[in-house]
Amino acid sequence: MKRFILRRVGYALLSLVVLSATIFVFVRLTGDPSVLLVEPGASKADIDAIRTDLGLDRPLLVQYGLFVKGLLRADFGRSFYYRTPVLELYLERLPNSLLLAVVAMTFSLLIGIPSGILAAVRVNGWWDGAGKLFALLGLSMPSFWVGLLLILFFSVYLGWLPSSGSGTPWHVLMPAFALGWYFAAAHMRLTRSSMLEVLGSEYIKLARLKGLPEALVIGKHAFKNALIPVLTLAGINLVLMVNVAVVVETVFAWPGVGRLLYEGIAFRDFPVVQTTVILGGVMIVVVNLAVDLMYAVIDPRIRYER
Amino acid sequence: MNGSRAATLTLAWRLASFRRENLPWFPIVVLCTLAFLAIFADVIAPHDPQVGLLGERFRPPAWQQGGSTAHLLGTDHVGRDVLSRLIFGARVSMVVGFTAVIFAGVVGTMLGILAGYLGGWVDQVIMRVTDAWLALPALTFAIFLAAIVGPSEMNIVIILGLVYWTRYARVVRGEVLSLKERDYVRLAIVAGCSKRTIMRRHILPNVVNSAIVLATLMLGVVIVTEAALSFLGVGVPPPKPAWGLMLADGKKGLMAGYWWLTVLPGVCIMLMVLSANLLGDWLRVKLDPQLRQL
Repeated sequence: MKRFILRRVGYALLSLVVLSATIFVFVRLTGDPSVLLVEPGASKADIDAIRTDLGLDRPLLVQYGLFVKGLLRADFGRSFYYRTPVLELYLERLPNSLLLAVVAMTFSLLIGIPSGILAAVRVNGWWDGAGKLFALLGLSMPSFWVGLLLILFFSVYLGWLPSSGSGTPWHVLMPAFALGWYFAAAHMRLTRSSMLEVLGSEYIKLARLKGLPEALVIGKHAFKNALIPVLTLAGINLVLMVNVAVVVETVFAWPGVGRLLYEGIAFRDFPVVQTTVILGGVMIVVVNLAVDLMYAVIDPRIRYER
Repeated sequence: MNGSRAATLTLAWRLASFRRENLPWFPIVVLCTLAFLAIFADVIAPHDPQVGLLGERFRPPAWQQGGSTAHLLGTDHVGRDVLSRLIFGARVSMVVGFTAVIFAGVVGTMLGILAGYLGGWVDQVIMRVTDAWLALPALTFAIFLAAIVGPSEMNIVIILGLVYWTRYARVVRGEVLSLKERDYVRLAIVAGCSKRTIMRRHILPNVVNSAIVLATLMLGVVIVTEAALSFLGVGVPPPKPAWGLMLADGKKGLMAGYWWLTVLPGVCIMLMVLSANLLGDWLRVKLDPQLRQL
């Protein structure tokens, strides 16, 4: 177990090193990173100051060392536009992103799990067909387009919901639905396949042989076990949602991390863009590690693999 | 017979066996129509997609009150013809989508074969990069790259290729690991084939199927990502008619209820992505039984 944990943590750390190196290399690939890292329209003296600060005249390895040192001290630089440390901005927006992600996750599970179960119980039937169609549509309709359609229908035609901004519970509904839409399809697919697997197992046959009513077999015995992989995926997806919400947050002017990234592009605020990417990657590496370790605790077979 | 010829032959043989099968007509018809529109856009489109008449702003489609047959699907916020822009948009999506998928596929497949067959430190290096890059959310990573190199169609293709090659590398490497234990590969080693020859003649033809299935499925993902980048203003630069860009422009008329500017480009994106997904699913079942569970 100890070896397994060490190995996994090692991999995660290695991933983080590769990540930071990737970002570092790409920023320098275009030639002169001071162009990116200095404010648009800065004076010659400012550019030179940045150059010495980043040590751009020093060897690449030294530069990388300085870069990593900055990251480890959680020093992500200052935003050109807001003139505050980027990390502060990020943390300020994070709760909004989490709120959006949680509501979106609720939507996606409320849609995905019941429809997945129905599709599995009535496999190859009408419900299964409808479920497949729904899953395909979910994967084919870009979330920002769903968002725009929602605005058109609920804000412009019906006038029921506010089209953008934040503040009241009503504001979160449409962006959350648009974001959850895509994930609902993924959760439906997984619920269906996981449910089918469980329904084919011996203990379900036994439950049926015992004469338990079908509702109890599915609702109690099968459902609980089929849910484990779905909830794991949901955990990973929750973190993913925070990081892929850029377009949805832009459509609805939702003040989350994604919107910060969009502002970063719009105002040519490079430190903001860089930080959002790095922190997004870190979050996902950490979550993957957590899931791996959790699984190893639950299922001893995994520990001895490789 | 060299490796690529062997790969082509395998593929041709597989495709020939499709003739008796039920073809998925919906995606084929949609994709062929879009390809036709994209190729002959100059002839088909009734107006110049980049030039508008300010006097003709926000005209609704022909069947609505105030619409005219001159602009069948209406006009946008600077009076450009929506139909023409949609037709030329098909060209942008097709060109960017296909080149990016092929670029990512070639890079990913090559690296996947190298990692899987050579093993050792080559495998370690390639797979550690793959793992780390897979951890970066695709859209965020693409935005980061776009912010560095600036928007242009060419750059979008490179960016999408850089973001998505990891998917191929993962799958291809896994296949190669099992392929290299097969008898015919061992015999080739005994026969004295060089590693290069084995990878090209014996491994590559056998992973082409998976790569093609994956490419078809990735087409949809890539098109959505391109649309999202264009929507955010870091994709195809305006005034080029890309569907994602049209959606961004459509926001200007959204609150006034000019639905055609928002609905129509989205329907085009959806049709194309849906077709790519359907075709990919069908190919997956036909070409690669191992991938069915994916």
